Amino acid sequence: MSERQLPAYVLLEDGTWYRGATSAPFDVTTAEVVFTTNLSGYQEVFTDPSYAGQAVVLTAPMIGNYGINPEDMEAPRPMVAGVVVRELSREASSWRATGRLGPWLGGFGIPVISEVDTRRLTRQIRQRGAMQGVLAIGDEPSEEARRVLAAAPRMEGLDLASRVTCRTWETVGPGDASFKVVAYDFGMKRNIVRLLVANGCQVTVVPSDTPAAAVLERHPDGVFLSNGPGDPAAIAYAPAMLRELASSGTPIFGICLGHQLLGLAFGAATVKMPYGHRGGNHPVRDLRTGRVLITSQNHGFAIQAEPGSTAVPGAPALEVTHRNLNDHTVEGVRHLELPVFAVQYHPEASPGPHDARHHFAEFVRLMSSTP
Amino acid sequence: MPRRTDLKRILLLGSGPIVIGQAAEFDYSGTQAVKALREEGYEVVLVNSNPATIMTDPEFADRTYIEPVTPEWVERVIARERPDALLPTMGGQTALNVAMALHTSGVLERYGVELIGADARAIRMAEDREAFADAMRRIGLKVPPGGFATSVEQARAIVERTGYPAIIRPSFTLGGTGGGIAYNPSELDGRVQWGLDASPTHQVLVEQSVVGWKEFELEVMRDGRDNVVIVCSIENLDPMGVHTGDSITVAPAMTLTDREYQVMRDAAIAIIREIGVEAGGCNIQFAVSPADGEMLVIEMNPRVSRSSALASKATGFPIARMGTKLAVGYTLDELPNDITRTTPASFEPVLDYVVVKFPRFPFEKFPGADWRLTTQMKSVGESMAIGRTFKEAFQKGIRALEMDRAGWVAGATPADDRLEHDDADTIRAALRQPTPERVFQVKRAFEAGLGADEIARLTGIDPWFTGQMAELVEAERAFRAAWPRAGAEPARRELLRRMKRMGFSDVQLAGLAGTTEDRVREERHALGVRPAFKTVDTCAGEFPSATPYLYSSYDEENESEPFGERAVVVLGSGPNRIGQGVEFDYCCVRAALAFRELGYRTIMINSNPETVSTDFDISDKLYFEPLTFEDVLEIVELERPLGVVVQLGGQTPLKLARRLDAAGVRILGTSADAIDTAEDRRRFEAIGRELGITQPPSGTATSTEEALAVAEKVGYPVLVRPSYVLGGRAMEIVYDAGTLREYFATAARAAPGHPVLIDRFLEDAFEADVDAIADGTTCVIGGIMQHIEDAGIHSGDSACVLPPYLIGEPELEEMRRHTRALAKALGVVGLINVQYAIKDGVVYCLEVNPRGSRTVPFVSKATGVPLAKLAAGVMVGRTLGQLGLRDEPELPYVAVKEAVFPFVKLPNVDTILGPEMRSTGEVMGIADTFGWAFAKAQIGADGALPLEGTIFVTVNDGDKPTVTPIVRRFHEMGFKLVATEGTARYLQRRGIACERVNKVWEGRPNAVDLIISGKVQLLINTPLGKYSQRDDYELRRAALMHRVPYTTTMSAAAAACDAVIALRSSPGDVLSLQERYRTHRASTVQVA
Repeated sequence: MSERQLPAYVLLEDGTWYRGATSAPFDVTTAEVVFTTNLSGYQEVFTDPSYAGQAVVLTAPMIGNYGINPEDMEAPRPMVAGVVVRELSREASSWRATGRLGPWLGGFGIPVISEVDTRRLTRQIRQRGAMQGVLAIGDEPSEEARRVLAAAPRMEGLDLASRVTCRTWETVGPGDASFKVVAYDFGMKRNIVRLLVANGCQVTVVPSDTPAAAVLERHPDGVFLSNGPGDPAAIAYAPAMLRELASSGTPIFGICLGHQLLGLAFGAATVKMPYGHRGGNHPVRDLRTGRVLITSQNHGFAIQAEPGSTAVPGAPALEVTHRNLNDHTVEGVRHLELPVFAVQYHPEASPGPHDARHHFAEFVRLMSSTP
Repeated sequence: MPRRTDLKRILLLGSGPIVIGQAAEFDYSGTQAVKALREEGYEVVLVNSNPATIMTDPEFADRTYIEPVTPEWVERVIARERPDALLPTMGGQTALNVAMALHTSGVLERYGVELIGADARAIRMAEDREAFADAMRRIGLKVPPGGFATSVEQARAIVERTGYPAIIRPSFTLGGTGGGIAYNPSELDGRVQWGLDASPTHQVLVEQSVVGWKEFELEVMRDGRDNVVIVCSIENLDPMGVHTGDSITVAPAMTLTDREYQVMRDAAIAIIREIGVEAGGCNIQFAVSPADGEMLVIEMNPRVSRSSALASKATGFPIARMGTKLAVGYTLDELPNDITRTTPASFEPVLDYVVVKFPRFPFEKFPGADWRLTTQMKSVGESMAIGRTFKEAFQKGIRALEMDRAGWVAGATPADDRLEHDDADTIRAALRQPTPERVFQVKRAFEAGLGADEIARLTGIDPWFTGQMAELVEAERAFRAAWPRAGAEPARRELLRRMKRMGFSDVQLAGLAGTTEDRVREERHALGVRPAFKTVDTCAGEFPSATPYLYSSYDEENESEPFGERAVVVLGSGPNRIGQGVEFDYCCVRAALAFRELGYRTIMINSNPETVSTDFDISDKLYFEPLTFEDVLEIVELERPLGVVVQLGGQTPLKLARRLDAAGVRILGTSADAIDTAEDRRRFEAIGRELGITQPPSGTATSTEEALAVAEKVGYPVLVRPSYVLGGRAMEIVYDAGTLREYFATAARAAPGHPVLIDRFLEDAFEADVDAIADGTTCVIGGIMQHIEDAGIHSGDSACVLPPYLIGEPELEEMRRHTRALAKALGVVGLINVQYAIKDGVVYCLEVNPRGSRTVPFVSKATGVPLAKLAAGVMVGRTLGQLGLRDEPELPYVAVKEAVFPFVKLPNVDTILGPEMRSTGEVMGIADTFGWAFAKAQIGADGALPLEGTIFVTVNDGDKPTVTPIVRRFHEMGFKLVATEGTARYLQRRGIACERVNKVWEGRPNAVDLIISGKVQLLINTPLGKYSQRDDYELRRAALMHRVPYTTTMSAAAAACDAVIALRSSPGDVLSLQERYRTHRASTVQVA
């Protein structure tokens, strides 16, 4: 508050706009405006590559309370296009804190708008669906902002994964690990690698367009397909690549975008959801056990399937293993013959609950039982 | 799994009377449980001794037993009703302990009653601190180092190992009773002894103190399929060392990173699994080191709790209701989220607002009590506030406390904030010690120039919170500087909006701007700065919500669709306090339900998270807001309802009546002017004279001189009290001018701007309370209650009996006539309560309250006439005739109400009764005879009378003639009598065998030794005068601590004698209210 505040706003493509303030000037920024309901874990959210190209509205009103620290990074830097909050905390209090959130985001040139009626904005997105928006400085929307917004590309058809993936191969974990895993990086969160290593894997992270043959010639024990941003259907090279990997009989585990890509590879269709799932409280039923998991989620696209059925239209080789209990969307699939499974949510959490962490052990079991 | 079909009839236990640590929150949970079970088609048998509760309203359970919640009496109900199952987790520690006793003694097995919700093994593991510590070690979680002691020596040996400060936690007690912190060996001995005495198993846990660590709580639910969800996280603003019930708490947690939160969540899930709560909820407390994040498990409650009530209100997730459904076999995913109705309950609520809870303390009633806050709970109520930010909720929560603070403002004088001076060093010293005023001392600290970091260091409050407070202080400074210079409308609007968004009230802003509340409001309205109401929806807006549960903010979008003329607003009673508790919530809830039945939409406004009224399904719209003029007016101006009900929520809404009326708000029922007439001594006297009603000579005074003159005129002793107070706040009996001067120096502050009332005190009079209802033309008496204690004991503290047992028919008829005349003269439409005293055949009218009284629920339960429900009807224009109420019910049985006191929680407080109300709760005994009804009331109030043994009598000279026939009767029953010298000699001379015992100063063994060593079964004691006060005090405290029943008035002693005769004559029986009413209903009322 003692910091100098400039008026700023969020303008959505439906014409509604939301006033707020910022303490660090920024350039007019367009992004898909989405909301997440995570109560804690803002640093993990902002550094999750799946949020590339998106401005994130946090429904939790007090953000920045515990500052930032070096451990809670899911990527080397924040990946969000912008941040919209009700109140950005001036104080940072945590024994792990090494800095304050506002200046940290500002240092990366990421627009932060605070003092926004984020609930109104969230309700608008819920009713109208996720929209493109613009974040800008000023008392009210300018002509320039409207022009920039009109020209902004839609999320559908955007291959963002190929933009955020790594450029070179990198191997993590001990050389004497029981399992050698190749992980396709479509925008992978660091905690996935940490958990694979913790489960006894040595992980080689490879760029998203690495040809299947290049991977298979290393004879990995398993292949992992990561989370990532954008429209899965826009990654044109992925389906053939994944079919080739799967047909080799190598165990495959996919998360989020990886889940959608596997679906596409076996003939399923994906759809853009009205406003997606982003948060840490989504109930998912494991259809095989009946148990409910509270899951961490961050996705705007989903595999298409009728509620109440385990069949995946267009993909007879797949069956639905998990469903979201709020809207009955597909949350997990497996291949009926091949050692291939995937989940739409984030078992690596970070942020979010750890209920689904057993999937990493499941992957390891699958690798050990596959000759 | 769908619900169990093998169960038909389920027994539910309530928590008994309201005491510190176990209050209205269990009415909330129990009421939800009853509704949830009946909705599933189960027959519900309820046992609860507390008549003030909503759950004991006969329209809720199938069979309602207002009987003591003790193993012996619950067993009688079981034998009679033969339930299939017992749900023990909704009635606090009381229900859990009774269920465990019934399990251990084999009663449950004998009658084939299954414990549902939590089984005996899980309860034992959670409640037995030793077993719990072992369980935590098994799952790799840490508990504070310590050990168990059954003697002071053992405790010393443990502290040898773990060091000071040490925490003492007695096993199996409630609200930390008997607990404390010891900083040195001499404190340790005292605290351990106190704890051992308080523990039913004579065992204490002595553990290393983690005073100053951050304190968190998680509310966890688990279903029969092992699905677990965390409903809410709560962070205590006050660090470890202050009982969570006495702490300012915040939801959700504010200062945990996700990494730390998830570790805590994992631990919570592991704990509920290891303890084995099969289907239900629990509360788990954690301590976290601010230095390195180390986490310790402090304790777990395998039942709903005060915190789960708070969590339910904070999130919209009804924990008790869900817990009940899980207990009968449902799983979380089979249950809908009641707020969204489209998503399942197997999820974790997310909040897009901040909730702050403030405790409310009773220290104004107990000037001698130790006001330092420790691990033993001392608060009696709480306010909760919801805001979009911490700062907003923090300020709203303070004004919701109704302690004359318009927000986070320092008191008028340092003494108001428990400070001798307001210099920085005095404040620094004070900040180290948690007290109810500490948060205001923090305000003064900022004003004295201390910084947020230093304040955090001194208080142990997390720097994030002190930083938030610093922002409020800065905002005040900025506003004070900018406001006078802000000329243009946009600038003024922006300034106001910014302050309102930080929760500043109009009163606060008026203080900062040097103007009045009305002026601020007018300008604010002119500038269009109005609140926007937001919905509590469990999901932060992710899904549409069907339930209008609202709070105010100064954000942009208002989500509240006004109801308009078809709606009635009911103002609740705010935080519970002594004198204003669950009984008023009962009235509000009963009326809200009635308005709905009458075709109106109901809007509830209240700030108390412990209540049924703030359950979102009681009204059509719930505003969780402070009950201040500003907050209420904003809602009313938006809603434009038919009118507002102020007569059911006690003084809180009543105090707003005049201003609301003046602001053009329609008050339903009795007019604001009539309320004022009754409160205004002069106007009331005039009416009394006109109607020919005798009143004690009286007068009013606004200064000491006036008071002395009035007292001289009416004659000593006089009863003095401020006007417009409830519960006898600052009420005293004064025998001479010196004491009156002393009184006046302190009491004038009790109600600023209102005069002090001075009445002639009628010594040795009988008192009676009359509750009645009027529709503007007809007035029907609901019930006449005779007080058992003499005049001079506050009516809320006196036991009373309905129908009266020692008042003659002519006097009763006179009271009825007066009551009807007063109702007519005042134009009462709704409830009226009149208090009378009868002395030497003369009926005096002491006071009239044209509103719902504290005794309304008692009378309603005793008679079966739902007074508050009928009041709702007359307030919207129905006549009593239309509602089917024609005549006062005649009861072929007797109901006794007994008060319950918090003395055991407040060391150094005398237990003697007086005109200032000090009870926290009440119980009812209902039976065919007075003796039995009184006996049951005593059992329910934890003062079970003895069937044999020794009675210790020590009374003042004035009482000696009265006590003689009473003790003679005891003696004839075979009781042994002991007495101190004077009393003994007096009795012996009258032929009653009596042994003499030493007074405390006469050497040992003395009377106190006798009590402590268990040789006394009943104490009859009246104060002996100034010089031996200490002696009496020690006797009464000893009796209290060693659970020896005691009476401090002659009339109570006589009643006790009747009760003992009854207890010896038969084993006693139980009967449900529904069955009792059948015995008289046909002849009296047909209530539609």
